[in-house]
Amino acid sequence: MSQPILEVENLHVEFPTAAGPARAVDGVSFTLDKGMRLGLVGESGSGKSTTVLALMQLIKAPGRISAGTAQLAGDDLLAMTPAQIRKTRFSRIALVPQGAMNSLNPVLTVRAQIDDLLDAHGQKPDARERAAHVASLLQRVGLTATVADQFAHQLSGGMKQRVCIAIAIALSPQLIIADEPTSALDVIVQKQVMQTLIHAQKEIGAAIILVGHDMGLMAQFAHVVGVMYAGRLVEIAPVKEIFANPRHPYTRMLISSLPSFATRKVFRGIPGVAPSIVNPPSGCAFHPRCPRAEALCAREVPIDDLVAAGHQVRCHFARELAPAANLGAALA
Amino acid sequence: MLEIRAATVAFGSKRANTLKLALRKVSLALPVEPSITAIVGESGSGKTTLTRLMLGLQAPTEGSVSYDGQDLTQLDRTAFARYRREVQAVFQDPYSVYNPFYKVDRSLLLPLQRFGLTKTRDEAYARIHQCLEAVGLRPGDTLGRYPHQLSGGQRQRIMIARALSLRPRVIVADEPVSMVDASLRATILESLYRLKTEQNVSLLYVTHDLTTAYQIADRIIVMFNGQIVEEGEPESVIHAPQHAYTRSLVSAVPPPDPTLDWGLEVEELPA
Repeated sequence: MSQPILEVENLHVEFPTAAGPARAVDGVSFTLDKGMRLGLVGESGSGKSTTVLALMQLIKAPGRISAGTAQLAGDDLLAMTPAQIRKTRFSRIALVPQGAMNSLNPVLTVRAQIDDLLDAHGQKPDARERAAHVASLLQRVGLTATVADQFAHQLSGGMKQRVCIAIAIALSPQLIIADEPTSALDVIVQKQVMQTLIHAQKEIGAAIILVGHDMGLMAQFAHVVGVMYAGRLVEIAPVKEIFANPRHPYTRMLISSLPSFATRKVFRGIPGVAPSIVNPPSGCAFHPRCPRAEALCAREVPIDDLVAAGHQVRCHFARELAPAANLGAALA
Repeated sequence: MLEIRAATVAFGSKRANTLKLALRKVSLALPVEPSITAIVGESGSGKTTLTRLMLGLQAPTEGSVSYDGQDLTQLDRTAFARYRREVQAVFQDPYSVYNPFYKVDRSLLLPLQRFGLTKTRDEAYARIHQCLEAVGLRPGDTLGRYPHQLSGGQRQRIMIARALSLRPRVIVADEPVSMVDASLRATILESLYRLKTEQNVSLLYVTHDLTTAYQIADRIIVMFNGQIVEEGEPESVIHAPQHAYTRSLVSAVPPPDPTLDWGLEVEELPA
């Protein structure tokens, strides 16, 4: 857990609009160590999905990556030519998509879809070897080998998502990106799919970035949690650290508004509305909703502040050890 | 008030051997005093069929549904109109419930006019303003807009405001927050909770999210395979579940505390 597999530096993604460029990702930097699991959370439109899609150069025009680098084991993913990134996708960086329901081709069998991937990368040309590989992939995600000859409509939602995991690990990538893989699934199935994902990840030794908005799931899944707000990574820290000592007011509110079985209380959401990314608030984009905001926050964008080992915060008051209770009171 | 007696709902036919029972002899009565009843269970457990019975959108194959002691099928014109007004629905998908060609104002005005609750347009708008504010929306930012100009959370709250404007006794909400962002869920549930305490509106809250059910409900009903397998107060259902299915639902909720081990890292995969 020492050497970084992924180093993202100053990533910017823009979408032109009539009112000027929308900065969907606005200077995101982080590193991810080998075999580690990063959870990326934030509300809709915070740029979490755009960040991970940019890593695979999957930003659709007119959107574009306007600046930044993303080194995967030393190779810059963002500088690759279309041919190079095609070769890299799935062989080194794989995607488990959001809607398992709609991401499999309805008129092809599971086998045909895995074959397609192996053909594109020129892997396992020998028919017998390939059949064995497909069977082993399905077994590794807890499915029987007979699933290979079934169509998507014959599988349950959980099984479809497991097939997507099998496809993602088919070429043993170094990094797996899972974009809300369980948001469409039932709660009981969600746990099984997450167990499958971790099991597969450990077998091939890949790192994972899980994109989602369920802080409870992140608490259990991630080694490191990153919180995004209005295109910026406002806090990133090891999971135990961020839950025990959240420094950014937004993170504190996210954690304190989590419903749990611990106490019954009238819970409250985070007041205010999500900011516009075309015309974001000046300074720190969170300041209009922030209980700690001062005049400084509307003027200056906070810089990344390293407050503890691996714990970076973008807040002018990150070094204040304001007890979480104060913010809880501000919410109530 | 609203009561289902020994209702069975069957789909398909026995002869074609496609008979599927969505509900099996389910009985459920909502108390007269304002309360929040949560119905939890996985997909296919019969939750949505139950709400369709409550809303009169589906007739039971066997059994009955009654409102204030009268069978829904026996209600006369006036009594049925009253039932239609007093029992309101909020559906799961805030994207598909609107007609994209009309401003949201229309969805709010039409029911008031059709039920004859307001005489003038000004009166209607006054009530709409009041109801939008009750669910935490600013009327100025909401009215005069098309659905696509509003977020999922705003649209869902407009649906709650629409239901509220009709002065209902019960709101039947089928998964009202499953399609909105987690950070907005708390806000919407807070609006629903306040309807009970401030406006005396009862809520039937259908969900697969046990934590929110635990937070806002007075009573939790657990459904499995078309039957009610457990019901009771939130404390007892969550902290001392009797049925094996309830236990598995409770354990499927990730504890939001990284120091607790939920068992995601396993040696053997579940089949």
